[in-house]
Amino acid sequence: MSKSEKSNQEIFPSPQAGRVRGLDYLKQLEAESIHIFREVAAQFERPALLFSGGKDSITLVHLARKAFAPGKIPFPLVHIDTGHNFPEALEFRDWLANEVGATLIVRKVEDTIKQKSLTEPKGKFPSRNWLQTYTLLDTIEEFRFDCCIGGARRDEEKARAKERIFSVRDEFGQWNPKLQRPELWNIYNGRIHKGENVRVFPISNWTELDIWNFIRKEKVDLPSIYFAHERKVIEHEGQLVAISEFVQPDASDVVLTKKVRYRTVGDMTCTAAVESNASTLDEVINEIISTRISERGETRIDDKVTEAAMEDRKKNGYF
Amino acid sequence: MDLLRFITAGSVDDGKSTLIGRLLYDSKNILIDQLEALEKSTKNRTDGSVDLALLTDGLRAEREQGITIDVAYRYFTTPKRKFIIADAPGHVQYTRNMITGASNASLIIILIDARQGVVEQTRRHSIIASLLQIPHVVVAVNKMDLVEYSQDIYNNIVIEYAEVAKQLGLQDVTYIPISALDGDNIVDRSEKITWYDGKPLLEFLEEVELDHDINLTDARFQVQFVIRPQTEELHDYRGYAGKVISGIYKKGDKVTVLPQGISTTISKLEVNGKEVEEAFAPQPLVIQLSEDIDISRGDTIVKADNLPRVSNELEVLLCWMDDKPLIAGNKYLLQHNSRLVRAVVRNVEYKLDVNSLQQQPVEGNVKLNEVVKATVKTASPLVYDPYTILSVNGSAILVDETSNSTVAAVLLQQ
Repeated sequence: MSKSEKSNQEIFPSPQAGRVRGLDYLKQLEAESIHIFREVAAQFERPALLFSGGKDSITLVHLARKAFAPGKIPFPLVHIDTGHNFPEALEFRDWLANEVGATLIVRKVEDTIKQKSLTEPKGKFPSRNWLQTYTLLDTIEEFRFDCCIGGARRDEEKARAKERIFSVRDEFGQWNPKLQRPELWNIYNGRIHKGENVRVFPISNWTELDIWNFIRKEKVDLPSIYFAHERKVIEHEGQLVAISEFVQPDASDVVLTKKVRYRTVGDMTCTAAVESNASTLDEVINEIISTRISERGETRIDDKVTEAAMEDRKKNGYF
Repeated sequence: MDLLRFITAGSVDDGKSTLIGRLLYDSKNILIDQLEALEKSTKNRTDGSVDLALLTDGLRAEREQGITIDVAYRYFTTPKRKFIIADAPGHVQYTRNMITGASNASLIIILIDARQGVVEQTRRHSIIASLLQIPHVVVAVNKMDLVEYSQDIYNNIVIEYAEVAKQLGLQDVTYIPISALDGDNIVDRSEKITWYDGKPLLEFLEEVELDHDINLTDARFQVQFVIRPQTEELHDYRGYAGKVISGIYKKGDKVTVLPQGISTTISKLEVNGKEVEEAFAPQPLVIQLSEDIDISRGDTIVKADNLPRVSNELEVLLCWMDDKPLIAGNKYLLQHNSRLVRAVVRNVEYKLDVNSLQQQPVEGNVKLNEVVKATVKTASPLVYDPYTILSVNGSAILVDETSNSTVAAVLLQQ
């Protein structure tokens, strides 16, 4: 029998062959992410993993660890610290970097504001979210990173739904949606010119619920603020915002003590809490399944400003 | 629960975005705030209805022009399956985006406007489906509400399309009459299309058999990255990390490393840092071999009794995706999974008309969206299978070394 005849026969097995082996959808997503991580390590000279302390970047670290086991993660974790972080998230960040034996690089938005005399955002919720871009671009330049791995997911937002897994940015960090490279099969082209940079999103195809199911299945540790706890909050346009050194109540605000958890972990100035009694992963996941509000809509104060908010930020070099 | 990746294709006004919106909406995968944003942007419409298409139109330029610029990915889950939709634009100039979206899909929904029947775009999309060997095809005859749910019109379209499918060798084609706008035969069976006794679309998507789409016979593995921890405990460790492209690997398997042609044995297999007895596609894997061989990224490890082709003279189909034309004789980089080699496009034999599949002579250079048969010579041999036999090991891209753009999809031939 010739080679081609043999192959044809084997590729189209008889219906009786039945199911031998198959991967659960979560394992398929994991396989895809690990493949992407290994491509990054092989294709780039100086990659870095952008770490925020949130569940998505924690998942990234967990996947990276699997991709390179028994070796260590072959790139540093980089945190762009706005100075408005939850202390629990910072503590967790330091613990995790130590736990996986990764180098942790922290660069502060505070320092960029001083060096570049940037104008601090004002108002009751002074978000430094937008200013992170400056610090990020400086950090990329300082360490000559040619690739930054991020935890963005396509289900989060309309602009992200259109971004490639390997997203080439020019030397200003800008995304050009009309000039994206075709991304074919599982072949990733990370070639760039000097000064350019690639943002790579290994969990592009995961949804919020996929992340939570993975965290549960793999028993991934999370910062405590993801679980219900008591906190002093004010209500702002239907969202609960924690009182902190960065957000102070006005005379008109009613300060309430509520049992809350966070669904996303960003800055204290732009992340809202949700009322909750969920103190275990199972309870958190059950709540998420039964809520009919999207993650960004529920917990991000800054995305509501304009419908194209994320698209604008990405075009300007944002994650 | 498993995973189905599918693509939707249709011409500009076939109601593709409405269909996706309807799938998300009726399967309760649209959340309150997204709906609010939707209602806000439809407030100015005169008929007061919610425009489901707006759920999928992402970028500002698209909303302004009412078109889709790029492939967008959507996600939804039912109790039976997780779905990833590649939403590819319909208009002619963005064929490359459709190929991008289709390259990872195991099913394609081709939308046909019941009033228009099979049009040029339908043929084009079907040809791409056939070129890329998408295993399952669903022909959704949409806007049945606008033809009074006529069975005759539907039947004529089925007959017309069956000719196209036959010509292209499409194997598994399913026809469903729908109205995306009203939700007929999307999630629930239509009460108006009483003569149709097949499954509604979502039920079909939930139940279509996917198990045989992955080849577990021909073992193919390419090295992505060499893991060498060089720590005290692991100072001799040398593991080849990669993905099982197809087939199954077992500890103790006699293997051949290509293109070197060296035979050895698998001494250890690890998945996610844990030792395993066997691994199968598409698992991520680390292979250790019993002998110390010089192996690097892009090398292939296969079973000694099932060898792929090894050659540096390649017959290929190229789908050209760059604004700059292909000039025969030009040098490019060819990336086949993780293997990157220099390549020269030597001879362009003919152009494939993507509307008729006829071979035509090539006049001048090869332009954006054209598909051509060509010969390519690579600087070092490629270890591959023909796309039609094992697509996961028969696909590659061409990269322009000066712009770094991905300029072509490459389908390796016999």
